[in-house]
Amino acid sequence: MTEVTMQVNGKSVTRDVPDTTLLSDFLREELRLTGTHVGCDTSQCGACVVHMDGKAVKSCTALAVAHSGASVTTIEGIASGGQLHPMQEAFNEHHGLQCGFCTTGMIMTGIDMVNRYQAEGKALTEQAIRKELEGNICRCTGYHNIVKAIEDAAGRMSGMAQAAE
Amino acid sequence: MSTGIGARVKRKEDKRFITGKGKYTDDIRMENQAYAAFVRSPHAHAKVTGIDKSAALAMDGVVDVLDGHQLTGDGIGNLICGWMIHSRDGSPMNMGAWSALATEKARYVGDAVAVVIAETQAIARQAAELVMVDYDELPAVAFADKALDAGAPEIHDNAPGNLIYDWVIGEEEATDAALASSAHVVDIDLTNNRLSPNPMEPRAAVATFDEAEDHYTLYTTSQNPHVARLVLSAFYQVAPEHKLRVIAPDVGGGFGSKIYIYPEEITCLWASMKTGRSVKWTADRSEAFMTDAHGRDHISRVRLGFDVNNKVTAMRVDTIANLGAYMSLFSSVTPTYLHATLYSGQYAIPNIFGNVKAVYTNTVPVDAYRGAGRPEACYMIERAMEVAARELDVDPAELRRQNFINEFPYQTPVILQYDAGDFGGNLDKAMAAADVAGFAARKAEAASRGKLRGLGYSCYIEACGIAPSAAVGSLGSGVGLWESAEVRVNPVGTIEVLTGSHSHGQGHETTFCQIVSDRFGVPIENVSIVHGDTDKVQFGMGTYGSRSGAVGMSAIVKAMDKIEAKVKKIAAHQLEAAEDDIVIEGGEVKVAGTDKKLAWHEIGLAAYTAHNLPPDMEPGLKEGAFYDPSNFTFPAGTYIAEVEVDPQTGVTDIIQFTAADDFGTIINPMIVEGQVHGGVAQGIGQALLEQVVYDDDGQLITGSYMDYAMPRADDVPFYTIEHNTTVAPSNPLGIKGCGEAGAIGAPPAVINAITDAIGTDALSMPATPQKVWSALQGAATQQAAE
Repeated sequence: MTEVTMQVNGKSVTRDVPDTTLLSDFLREELRLTGTHVGCDTSQCGACVVHMDGKAVKSCTALAVAHSGASVTTIEGIASGGQLHPMQEAFNEHHGLQCGFCTTGMIMTGIDMVNRYQAEGKALTEQAIRKELEGNICRCTGYHNIVKAIEDAAGRMSGMAQAAE
Repeated sequence: MSTGIGARVKRKEDKRFITGKGKYTDDIRMENQAYAAFVRSPHAHAKVTGIDKSAALAMDGVVDVLDGHQLTGDGIGNLICGWMIHSRDGSPMNMGAWSALATEKARYVGDAVAVVIAETQAIARQAAELVMVDYDELPAVAFADKALDAGAPEIHDNAPGNLIYDWVIGEEEATDAALASSAHVVDIDLTNNRLSPNPMEPRAAVATFDEAEDHYTLYTTSQNPHVARLVLSAFYQVAPEHKLRVIAPDVGGGFGSKIYIYPEEITCLWASMKTGRSVKWTADRSEAFMTDAHGRDHISRVRLGFDVNNKVTAMRVDTIANLGAYMSLFSSVTPTYLHATLYSGQYAIPNIFGNVKAVYTNTVPVDAYRGAGRPEACYMIERAMEVAARELDVDPAELRRQNFINEFPYQTPVILQYDAGDFGGNLDKAMAAADVAGFAARKAEAASRGKLRGLGYSCYIEACGIAPSAAVGSLGSGVGLWESAEVRVNPVGTIEVLTGSHSHGQGHETTFCQIVSDRFGVPIENVSIVHGDTDKVQFGMGTYGSRSGAVGMSAIVKAMDKIEAKVKKIAAHQLEAAEDDIVIEGGEVKVAGTDKKLAWHEIGLAAYTAHNLPPDMEPGLKEGAFYDPSNFTFPAGTYIAEVEVDPQTGVTDIIQFTAADDFGTIINPMIVEGQVHGGVAQGIGQALLEQVVYDDDGQLITGSYMDYAMPRADDVPFYTIEHNTTVAPSNPLGIKGCGEAGAIGAPPAVINAITDAIGTDALSMPATPQKVWSALQGAATQQAAE
């Protein structure tokens, strides 16, 4: 057992966990943040994506003890107050989800993708979104409305960034 | 903004999913919870000669290790197939024994032989590795076309030669005679590739036995919790129905694979009773590949005859269907009545005959997967029509149009009676949207870039709205396929609808509210849907076969009819008017042509205060209904795929995919289009990417997402979707169903497009770059020789 301390969704948490504990299990079982899902064992499906120190990572492939001290944001931590994140709004408006299981990982990947492209000043084209979603599998939507949602959210997040400046 | 029928209402259920607050089975945690891990056979076929549990039992944190002898010793029954099929000689299908934990023999890689119950999932999985099972390996057979060979290893004692049934439909002699006298006969061999359904949420179960109440509760990833309870109770003898509560909470996709009751749920329930603990099991993805029922896996020969005027004369199909190592719950009906009854497609074919031989192999059980038998039928008729057009040197769209059924009702030679449709209209809409007229120019432009363009059609039809109970009963079904609903109007006028349908992505919490809002004029936020819990909803048959609209919503309509009748009686009494003069409009109950009215909530209050009801009327405002459909429904449409093949690499790009569907009445176009998107992506997956692979010894080669190619975002295009509506005459809303169309219609459209591009029909699914490239080389070689 090893003591792990992390900032999760802005709060400091400390737990003693077995060294083999995956970050996904740490979040789901220790912290009961069950919005992070596990859909495969091989880092392919992306249902488990969270942000760690500002980057998207697959939490099923990270050991909790290896990331003591990290700052982690999960799907539960992206809305501010009662206001949904623009990516969450866009998924609802464009019907970008059906069963909802891959959705949380899709939203976390989508936010990371938009942030990276906007930081680099690159256009997030349909083709770029499809390539960027290589590590996220959805079986319900055929991706059509997920791509539409991310395209739309990119515009909203750009507006948000400009408004903040 | 309208929230009624036809409105693109945003989904009410989304908020919990986009905020991470969905409640899936693996999110459930019970007090006193232990974890199950299964000990699974690494061999495809082996005698189990001994199980040594001592090392596992000695491990810290292990609660117990249980095996199949204990399970059967406690009276837990075998798994069953719920649909009786008879062979052509009248004999019943040969159903082999399937124990939730194998006792004498393991019959596929992944067959469970024991279960470890432990304090944590990690301990359970480690201890499962310590259970020493002695196996005597036996020769195995993995492929449908090898299972019937003389000398093939036999999998069940009561199924000689691995034959489950040898079933026929239609008139053999007449069909063969018509083929023999046809001017032209297309004769093709087709394989419908084996698929893994792969809902993103792996199967899971949490079982709790309450000793004081002698009662079980099961949370499970099910599309039909009441059917699960019925089968667990009546056949597996886990507990009588009133002592078993089954809850299917949020379920992360199903596509058929979560219809069935699997060994794991049975074992968890029983293990909970044995250990006095809540027992939780969640599959990892490899376990899902190894144990979730697979789909398709047919090998067929199709013969389609034409007269001198290119009218179809006859169709004969001979198929071997691989059902795997055991007969799953609805495995028998998938390659028979859900399949061969659609051989006629959209065409007037006077003579049809089909023969399906279902076989055991040492592979995962095969059952219904999105489309369930209908994709296999559609693939045959639509590939055969395309090949025919090429052989006859006629336009493929016009050959189809020339043979379309144009008058309804139309009785096919294979049981079904189509009741409505506009096949020519679907084709027109699809061709216009796909700009077929401009294809030649696009093909030439692609050729200038060294690319091969192809265009492929698929005119699919399916039978949905499953199904009239008496009809399916006469065909062997062990259950009725009605649906139930209860509509509860509360004293404040808000409405709860309890439904036996189950939503696992379909958006029922929105669409079902829409029909209520539409009918009574109450705001949609004042309506809620209750489903998925056998303690809340009286009964239901669940969601599959594109039935929730046509059957599930029809049950709600029937219950609403009764509510409306009572509301009118109350209003007539209170407003001193005749019942016939009462109208319900915009949330008000009015006397037509006057200003006398009551608000909707005043009726609710009146019903429950019961201070002033008509004489002899019971208080309350709650009505239930069971709806049994009078016919199947027949969604149909035309799909057009346009592809570009790189001849250097064999890589296929889908440039454009156009769908023109006739789903009858559409409640919410946004949700219906989403269903088509998802179905088409699965169809494209089957056509281009997906294949469950077993080796000759029955080892599963595709056991993870590293090996099994799921469609990714960059494998598919944006889809163009058109609707061409003829209402379904058999149900009150006119709904046909939309859930499976994409998966049924898309594969032949894609393969027809690729074969059009590369100039040879010698191509099987999945059309991987290697296969397409090889087919191109074969075509080139053949051309050089000619």
